[in-house]
Amino acid sequence: MRRVTVAMLMLGFGLAALGLESMHARFSEARHDAARAETARLVRDLGLTDLALFTEARYVRHISQADLFTPFQDAPVSFEHFPSGTLVAPPAHLGRHAGALSARPIERNSP
Amino acid sequence: MRRWLSRQAHLIDFTLGALLRRKGRNLMMLAVYTLIIFMLASVTFLGSALRFEAKAALNYAPEVTVQNLIMGRHALSPPDWVKKLSRIRGARNIHGRLWGYFYDQAVGANYTLMVPPPRARDLAVNLGEVIIGHAIADLRKVRQGGYLFLLSPSGKLFKLKVIRILPEDSALLSADLVLISETDYRAFFNLTPEDGYTDIALTVRNSNEIPTVVNKITRILPTARVITREDILRTYENVFSWREGIVLAMLATALVAFAIFAFDKASGLSAEERREIGILKAVGWETSDVIAMKLWEGGLISAFAFIFGAAAAYAHVFLFDASLLAPVLKGWAVLYPDFSLTPVVDRLQLITLAFITIIPFTIATLVPVWKAAITDPDIVMR
Amino acid sequence: MIRLEHVTRIHNEGRPNAVVAVNDVSLEIPKERVTVLRGPSGSGKTTLLTLIGCLARPTQGRIWLDDELISALPERFMTEVRRRTFGFIFQRFNLIRGLSALENVMLPAYPTGESHAALKARAAALLERFGLKARMHEKSELLSGGEAQRVAIARALINDPAWIIADEPTASLDTALVDQFIEEMRALKKAGKSIIITSHDPRIWQADVVDRIVTMQDGHILSVEDVSARERAEEKEQNA
Ligand SMILES: Nc1ncnc2c1ncn2[C@@H]1O[C@H](COP(=O)(O)OP(=O)(O)OP(=O)(O)O)[C@@H](O)[C@H]1O
Ligand SMILES: [Mg+2]
Repeated sequence: MRRVTVAMLMLGFGLAALGLESMHARFSEARHDAARAETARLVRDLGLTDLALFTEARYVRHISQADLFTPFQDAPVSFEHFPSGTLVAPPAHLGRHAGALSARPIERNSP
Repeated sequence: MRRWLSRQAHLIDFTLGALLRRKGRNLMMLAVYTLIIFMLASVTFLGSALRFEAKAALNYAPEVTVQNLIMGRHALSPPDWVKKLSRIRGARNIHGRLWGYFYDQAVGANYTLMVPPPRARDLAVNLGEVIIGHAIADLRKVRQGGYLFLLSPSGKLFKLKVIRILPEDSALLSADLVLISETDYRAFFNLTPEDGYTDIALTVRNSNEIPTVVNKITRILPTARVITREDILRTYENVFSWREGIVLAMLATALVAFAIFAFDKASGLSAEERREIGILKAVGWETSDVIAMKLWEGGLISAFAFIFGAAAAYAHVFLFDASLLAPVLKGWAVLYPDFSLTPVVDRLQLITLAFITIIPFTIATLVPVWKAAITDPDIVMR
Repeated sequence: MIRLEHVTRIHNEGRPNAVVAVNDVSLEIPKERVTVLRGPSGSGKTTLLTLIGCLARPTQGRIWLDDELISALPERFMTEVRRRTFGFIFQRFNLIRGLSALENVMLPAYPTGESHAALKARAAALLERFGLKARMHEKSELLSGGEAQRVAIARALINDPAWIIADEPTASLDTALVDQFIEEMRALKKAGKSIIITSHDPRIWQADVVDRIVTMQDGHILSVEDVSARERAEEKEQNA
């Protein structure tokens, strides 16, 4: 077989896999819709405010609720102790200056 | 058209033949390239799926939460705040919430203890009863009808009957929840009713009024911090954005890898390759054929890496629940929600990923060739 | 016929290391004949070939192919003329490593967009003609010297050019292979091809297939000898 044919077949195979995956996405939506509806009811009933994705520290367990200083318990530029701390941005209410990278002290910390 | 296709097929044939000459090295490079795209796409998919779930769920979060701050720390809200807040027009369903953290020494996990609000009739718990999140049930190996023993911070042992386990489908939000009655909660943490609440949640009849209500709250309760649902949603919009640690670290790694590839390519036009281009031009290839041939080289490699990397990343995140990234998400935590994500793919991010990987690579292959391709073909005679 | 008018080629023009490789050469090269360029090393033979074969442009002067002024064509058309008109046999054959003999032969026809099947059939027929049927799927770097030479000739012929240009084709070959090369040139000449060969090799210029010998030195033409005319004259003398 020609090399170009082999290459195109392989790419075609990859594209077909992507196509199948997009079908999978389409068809699993319904199942996930039900799960989401259930979750939504739980959130409304309990008044939940955060994902339970990280349970290791309170400022990542309740990202949106942590007080202004918890993400900087030791010092504003201290390195993260918990791996999850590197995955989340500072809460939105800390303002634009609190970007994960800028690590600047907070200039304005009341909402 | 037919001729054009046939010509391109020939060029591809040639470029693949040339690549296969250094089979080991080129396959290795392709594998690394695919792996990089796989990792970046996995993080991208996971991030956008989590953002999607967060948005879908937290759309139902309390519209306004009021916190008491003392010396910059989150403190209990005095009970009279509920009364003060109820005087604000537009604020409804004002209700003091009780929630807090508990470190379970037996298993080394952190739980979120919470008193379900009165309106959650499905989740009402009586004295001595408990509803627990799925991850806790797994960790403590208790079933509905069994008993959960918790040693309170003050050393009292609580024996709680598990009346329900929260569904696994909602684990992403409820995995670590322990719902107990207010009486148990206050006894567990040694709180008196005068100590007040963890915070106060309220709803606003008309969402346009939220800013006004927030203003009024800060006027009445100057030490309070007000968190709106908008704030919560905005916070989660940024989770896993490209600036976050791991994404950035991977991006940096990927860029370094690309830089190496690019450098290798840009400086890697050996005398032999140069001569080969001379031969091709001498036997009648046009400059544009040589360039098209090299474009195919870069394009095919990138397309291959991208398609297979992205397809594998989708399978990884949505069919295998991002199992390779789980250790990173989990960190030092013992509890980890057993979630399965709705397959949503952020097209824009995917396209961005394609652009930052395919285009630089293709250009990196092309630049040195451009220089070689425009030189005179008479070098073959030397 | 190819006609050169006051052709000069200066390498690295305007720089301190400039070299006048071909200096004011005027020359006619007849069709359907074998012309040999000879001369000491560095006399400009190869450079002259690159000018004739449209691989490079003269610094001054003009080159005509039949009635077409090819030295002034834009790059694209020059490539086109090169592909249509000239087949090249290089000194070291310059086959592409990693590709099979067959693919090496097909290479010059890739830009024409001819269908793969048709092109492959043509290339295979050519290789068969040169006795390489069994070796055509072999990688070019694994071919012997003689096989490589024949593949190089087949590659030069794939676009059915009117002119064959060979630069020192026998430099690294033993006598048997030189003889074989001469026989192949004879067959091509018979088939109506015009052939230009540069060579240091007496075995080439003494071959009876050669019609004209052009001797060069320091970029100039020293002499143009019509060998076939001379031989014919000698023959007549002998017959008389
Ligand atoms: N690309 C180039 N750049 C600079 N100088 C060149 C170049 N090509 C050839 N020359 C010089 O031009 C002169 C003629 O070279 P050419 O290769 O045409 O000679 P030749 O007769 O083919 O020699 P040989 O018999 O050794 O092959 C030589 O002095 C050579 O050094
Ligand atoms: Mg030479």
